[in-house]
Parts: sequence; structure tokens; C-alpha cells
Amino acid sequence: MTVAANVAGRLADAIGAKRVVFAAEELATYEIDGLMPSTIVRPCSAEEVAETVRFAVAEKLAVLPLGSRSKCDLGMPPTQYDIALDMTGLRSIAHFDAGDLTLSVDAGMPLRELEVYLKQRRQFLPLAVPCFESTTVGGSVASGIDSALRLQYGSARDFLIGAEFIDGTGQICKSGGRVVKNVTGYDLHKLLIGSLGTLGAITRLNFRTFPLPAAFGGHVAGFARSETALAYRRAVEKSGLPLSNLEVLSSGVVEMIRAILQRSGENVPTELEHTDWCVYSSLEGDEEVVRRIGAELERIGRDTGAVFHRILGTAEDESLGGMLRECFEWLRLASPANVICRVVLPEVKSVLLDGLLRLAESATLRAALLVRAAGIVYFAVLAEAEDESAMESLQKVVAGARTLAEAENGIATLLHAPLGVKQSTARMKTARMESTLQQRVKQAFDPSNVFAPGRVVGGI
Amino acid sequence: MPLCSVGYYSEVVNPPRALLSPSLVREMKSLLGPANVLDKQEDLLLYEFDGSVEKGKPDLVAFPHTTAEVSQIVKLAARHEVPVVGRGAGTGLSGGALARSGGVMIVFARMNKILEIDIENRRAVVQPGVVNLDITRAVEHAGLHFAPDPSSAKSCTIGGNVAENAGGPHTLAYGVTTNHIAALELVLPDGEIARVGSKHGDVSGYDLCGLFVGSEGTLALVTEITVKLARRAEAVKTLLAIFETIEDASEAVVEITGSGITPAACEMLDGWTLRVVEDYVHAGYPRDSGAVLLLEVEGLKEAVEGQAAAIKNVCAKCRAREVRVAKDDRERELLWKGRKNAFGALGRVAPSNYVLDGVIPRSKLPQALERIKAIGEKNGFNIGNIFHAGDGNLHPIVLYDPRDTAQFEKAIAAAREIIRACVEMGGALTGEHGVGMEKSELMDWLFSDADFALMRRVHDAFNPDCSLNPGKVFPLNKGCGEIRIKSKEVVGAQV
Repeated sequence: MTVAANVAGRLADAIGAKRVVFAAEELATYEIDGLMPSTIVRPCSAEEVAETVRFAVAEKLAVLPLGSRSKCDLGMPPTQYDIALDMTGLRSIAHFDAGDLTLSVDAGMPLRELEVYLKQRRQFLPLAVPCFESTTVGGSVASGIDSALRLQYGSARDFLIGAEFIDGTGQICKSGGRVVKNVTGYDLHKLLIGSLGTLGAITRLNFRTFPLPAAFGGHVAGFARSETALAYRRAVEKSGLPLSNLEVLSSGVVEMIRAILQRSGENVPTELEHTDWCVYSSLEGDEEVVRRIGAELERIGRDTGAVFHRILGTAEDESLGGMLRECFEWLRLASPANVICRVVLPEVKSVLLDGLLRLAESATLRAALLVRAAGIVYFAVLAEAEDESAMESLQKVVAGARTLAEAENGIATLLHAPLGVKQSTARMKTARMESTLQQRVKQAFDPSNVFAPGRVVGGI
Repeated sequence: MPLCSVGYYSEVVNPPRALLSPSLVREMKSLLGPANVLDKQEDLLLYEFDGSVEKGKPDLVAFPHTTAEVSQIVKLAARHEVPVVGRGAGTGLSGGALARSGGVMIVFARMNKILEIDIENRRAVVQPGVVNLDITRAVEHAGLHFAPDPSSAKSCTIGGNVAENAGGPHTLAYGVTTNHIAALELVLPDGEIARVGSKHGDVSGYDLCGLFVGSEGTLALVTEITVKLARRAEAVKTLLAIFETIEDASEAVVEITGSGITPAACEMLDGWTLRVVEDYVHAGYPRDSGAVLLLEVEGLKEAVEGQAAAIKNVCAKCRAREVRVAKDDRERELLWKGRKNAFGALGRVAPSNYVLDGVIPRSKLPQALERIKAIGEKNGFNIGNIFHAGDGNLHPIVLYDPRDTAQFEKAIAAAREIIRACVEMGGALTGEHGVGMEKSELMDWLFSDADFALMRRVHDAFNPDCSLNPGKVFPLNKGCGEIRIKSKEVVGAQV
């Protein structure tokens, strides 16, 4: 009997044969960073998840909780990977109180399905994350990936009000509750956001939901230089206009959008043909509000010398907004050698944006930048080849990006990269005190290191 | 034998008190200077109370001026094996900043500087002793404000707000304290200084800032806070909706929430409370009404007009007698003055009052108010209600005379029944006041042994010796090891 069959056999005894899979062809689809699990478990209840975790603890096996596996590229390579814990079998809506605008949903529920459910009730959850068509609620939260709507609605930490999860001792634990205001006990559920499965297996999440706005709109403005694009962005921010999204795109992103539109036979707006920097705003509210914001953006565009500025039609806005939500997913899929970093800054300055682009240029690589709400910069480096010299240049660019970010008091995180680049990043020492505090949290949640060992930078 | 506990569980024995050695007092005075240390009994008495019904006297009060001093105080206390508790202005309502086991109290009143204001990026870096409202005062010239606005905003400090994750009327639209904190500097129980979060707010790895905010001073002492500043809305409208009955008013709240209107604030005062307030503040609340809703909408001019009209419609549908709109800032301030000074007004009608803090799903508001009324009647109290209706955060007020022990005990029993009702309706023990020592013994109404075990491990990861704020948040028999004293026939489980 193979090791896999042995583990699977005993797991089947523990939680039922139907829940356990170890066929080689299926295992291959659960590969992460070159590692394959020996068993897949597909639990259908929190108790089954707990049972699996207890089994893994006793057997000293490593468990990776997974949703639709659309974001497995995030995070460092796991140092051990035995059981793929596929959470997609937990997918019901446990509780929805329309009058209270609160929702309790299983972790494996696909976001798209949830969107449809809430839309029928004139509500929504502002988790506009990449791979929206396939991603699960639990995976989106555990990945910590930004929502395109965070300018208006904040990130998951602002509307996640409680969670149920299995901790590293195999116990069903909960934190928070189902009410919108609650200070009972520690906010442990906040720690699960962006934890990449290293603290526990999320089984259920409680959110506050939001009323669906009556009207939506979009606006674009084009600029020749990063300084002017950022000056426009600043003027828009200062105006206090309530936008749901405000994103600055470099020519690399604009080019990609152009290519996608051309491929799908859609019209490419003429302005996008010759724009270096583009700023997209997304607006919502009742119709009068959307009209007013559009008019104000036009005025600010004129005042700040935009090359072009235009209110988007509804269909155009939906298409562009969707593309921007997904754009880094497309960049990731375009080539396995592409690198995507997320840089968080107290203040986004053009010197940093230009510096990042120059870094790529000096390595003769193409690059794309997207500046999201507040101070988040996504930096994609587009590499064609995966050979050694390409890896070397990519590593240099990543190290350079990190230095540039730190010089501006920012933090750079690697989101997606070829394995070699990831591994060299994982070796970088993070001397910050915060990292030892994080180790303590990991130890408290997962004393025997059963969950996704090594996935968070710093070897957690 | 109860040592200092009143509150829910006079039968629960408090943790043993630390013994303070004269050499600790000497060392503390030489560290901070005698002017920054209090150790006389008559001085310490002032620090025995906060805004709650609990008590707990420290053995020494220290006033640091810098983070380095805080670290040294903590190290000194650790060497002498006495507990440390942090305190801001002492306005807390759950006994969070009381020295339940005695020991050293660090009062942050003299660490009250605003260190940096970054208007462009809407951030301010402040010391924990800065008064909440002073942050807004320092930035309002630029059209900014610090959004969390507890009723005590004029006196409470940001350090206490962070510890308790404080709320306030306008958190309905803006979120509570945790939504407005980007980074923290901390002193851990071993005296080590650490930073979590970033000026931007995002980090790579776990959201430690999210953990420390609201941890009630049981994991670390906060010595510097980077707050996010919100932009003032272009337009504000304040409405007073007047109802004949509290049932109609609560139905209006459910309707407003359910129809997708999110006011910036939605406060309710019941008829009895508004009469007490009106007699004192003269805010213009109609004395003959059954309840009023104080509502505020903010945003673009166009949005505010639309929302105000929608609210008026809903209120009319729910049989409001009248909906008044404040005509100018003066009228607006007057309406709010009534709300903000309500607790002062209550002081005129009874020797003492016990402000409860429970939270329920908003759709259950009418049932909750009915339950509160019935519990009051059963126990012989007229329970007033003045609360954040928009987010289901109840503040029933029980008036009592602390000299009448029997009445006080009845008040505690009624309070406990009300909180139990909140939990049964799908709510939680506390919406914004914190667990502290007031509700620590009720925690097992919500949390299982597994939940406690994990919370305990997280606690011990930072505060392994329980030297920081012992006897808080956790039930005493599930809390800190060395003070794990068996409570008598405990506790909530039997209810």
C-alpha cells in the first residue's frame, strides 16, 4: 500500500470513504508550488473538518484548507503539504437577516452564487476580488486579496463581523457574532483575513451586507505622466466625492485592456489608443448623486489638464470595472513567469511609480502598475521566458521594488511569482518585531503547525 | 469573601491582591520623579472607580510621559511581580481600567500630545492620553475629523477608545474605533516595545492591529496610535422624528434599516428619558411624546435631500406625529446636546444609574424593547432607554440607590436578565462598553470551552504571566492561571 493510500484509508475510516480521494489524476489538480498532497479530503460539515484536523495533528501531517484554488499562487511555497482540505462542500447560507443586513455563510460558497442570492434581495457584499467567477467566500477572506471597492466599503476587516473555524487543535472555535456592533471577546476573526490558511480552516463567515445602490456610473481620465495622473487623483480625493473606486493605471494595464477588448471583438475606446496613464473612477448612489459626481469629475479633469476625460456609459463602465477587478488575474495567467507585487504606502508618489517602471525597464522587462484606493500599488513585471537569466532579472526587480517601497516607508509583498523568485523571497529575513508577534499568534492558533506551514513570509 | 467586587457577581471572589513592597514605591518615584507617582490612600481612592458600577483600587498610580518610561514601569512591576493596569480618563463603563487585583496603575493622562498630523494622507499620530475630541479639534480646520464619537468624547482618551474598541452615535455609518486605527506602538508585559500595523493600515501577514484594538488592555499597553481621519461630509441634516409610542419608533428603525437607508446616526430616546432630558437640557424634545428618534444623514447635498425625504416617508408610515428638521447649526447642536448630556440629566432623578450595553440584530428591536420593559416591571424598575437604535446597540438605564443593598442587587439581577435576553435574540454581551470585569462571568453565555481555550492561548502568547490587567474579559475560572479561583455556583449557565 502506498503512503497516500494508507493515510487515505485511515482518514476514510475517520470521516467516511466518500469524503476522501487519493487518485493520482485528482491529486495533480491540487498541486501548489510544485508540491502535491497525498490525500484530498472533501468535508461537508465543520465537524468533519475538525475530525480531519485532529487526524492530521495526531499523524503529524500538514493540512492546506482550500476553496476553489483560484488564489493558491498567493503565499510562499508550503514546507509540507499532505492533506488538501477542499472546503467547497460547505456551501450553504446559514443565516440571512434582510432587515438587519447580516449574513452568515459557509466558507465554500462561491462569491458569484452569493452575489446572485443577495442581489435578489437588493443587497450585496463588497468583496469585488479577482477570479470572481470561481472564488469562494472563505478563500477570498483567507487570501486577504483587496476588493476593488475598498475605497468606499473598506476591506474584509471592516465588514467581517464573526467567524467559525477549526483551530490547530482540531476544535470548532468562533469569534465575533452576527451583530453589526460587538466588542465581546477578542476579534480573532480579523486574524483569519490574509492568513492564507495558516491559522485555521474557516468553516463559516458572518458579514454585514450593504444595500445595493440604485445607480452606478464610471469615469475615465487620461494623462501623459504619472505626476499629473496622481495630481488628478489627489484633487478627486480632496473633493470628498464619495467614489466606490479610484484607480490609476499605467500604460501596461491600459495595453492589456486594449488587447482583451480587441480579442473579444469589442470596441476599443479611441482614447485608450494613445494614453500613458489612465484614472478610472467608479460611482454609485441614486441617479442624481451619480450625475453630480460625474459632472464634478469632468470639472476636475479639465482643471488638472487631463489629456481626455469622459463619463462612461453603463455597459462600458461594467466592462471596464470588471476588467480592472480581474486585471492582475489575467496578468498572472498570461505567463507563469510574470511577477506581481503589492506595495502598500503611506503616500503614493510619482517618484515611486516611475522608479518601479524604471526597475523593470532596466531589466528589459515590461511592467504594469495599478494604484488602488488609498495607498496600494500593484506592480506586475511581465516576463516571457522562465530561464535562469530571466529568473535572475526578476529577482533583481523584486529586490529593487522592496528597497524602493521601504525608502518610502512602505511594505512590499510578493503576490505571484515563479517558484524560484518566491523561494529567494522566502529566504529574505524580516527583522521586524512584528514578525515575532505574528509567530506567537500562529503558535497560539496552531500549536503543532498543522496548517499550511511556511505559507506566510517569514516561514510561518 | 468579596474583596472589592460589586456588580454582577458579588458572590464571586476577586483575585488576590498583590502586596506592594516599599522598595517598589521608592524605585518608581526615583524613575518618574515623586510628582508622577501617587501612593497615598486618599489619592488612590480617586482611581478606584470608573464609569461602571465596579470598584478596584490600585496600590500605586504612575504617570509616565514617554513610551520608554512606560516600558521601565512595566519592567519594574514585573520584577516585583505586581500586576499593571492601564487607564485613560477612567470614563469606561465595564471596569476595564480598574485594578481588580491592585498593583500598579499606569495613567496615560500626561502622555497627551498629538505627535503628527498628516492632512494630505489623512492620518494623525497621537499619544494614548489625547482626549478623543481634541483630535477632531486639531484637524477640523482642514475639513477632517476622527469619526468614532463616544458620548464621553469630551473627556475620554484615545488610548481607552483603542483598548475598548469604543463606538458612539456616528459609528452607524463610519464604523467603530478599530475601523479608524492604522498602527499602534505597544509595550508588552515584559517591557518590550513593539509596533504593529502601518501608517497606511495594511500589513503583510496577520492583522495584529485588529487583534490589539478591543483587547481591553489584556495583551499590551498602547503607547502611540496612528489614527485615520475621515473627511467631513459636504452636507448634514439632523432630523427629530416624534412618535406617540416606543413601538412605532422601533418599527421605524427596522423599516429604515431594512429599506437600505444608512443614516450617519439613528438614536432613540424613550418618552420617560426624553422628559428627564428635556427638563434639564431644553433641547426641544416634546415632553408629551412616547419616543423620539434623533437621525442624521450626511453626504453630498443631493444624497442628503433624498435620504431625509426617504426617512420622513418611513416615519410617516410608522405613524410619526411629526418629523422636524434642524434649520441651522444651532438647532442641530441643541438636538444633539440633549442626547449627549442625557446621562448627566439622569443624575438629577436618582442617586445612581446603571447604564447597560447590549446588542441585538436590528430587526429584533421591537421585541427587545418589549422584553426590557417586562423585565423592568417584574423587578420593580422603570428602565429608561437611550441608545444607538440604528445598530441595535441598546443602553437600558436602571436607576437605583447604591445605599439600598437590596435594591442594588435587584438592579443587577434585572441587568443580567436583559443581557441574557439580548443573547437569546441572537445578539451579544456588549456592543461598545467592553467585557471588562462587569461581564467577564457572562462570557460563557456566548463562548464554548474551545473558544475560551483559543482566546486563552492568544492571551498567553502576549501576557503569559497575566501581569497585565488581570481578572478581565475571561471568567475568573477560565482566566489567568495564578488567580484561577473557583467562583461560587457559577454563573450564567443556570439561567
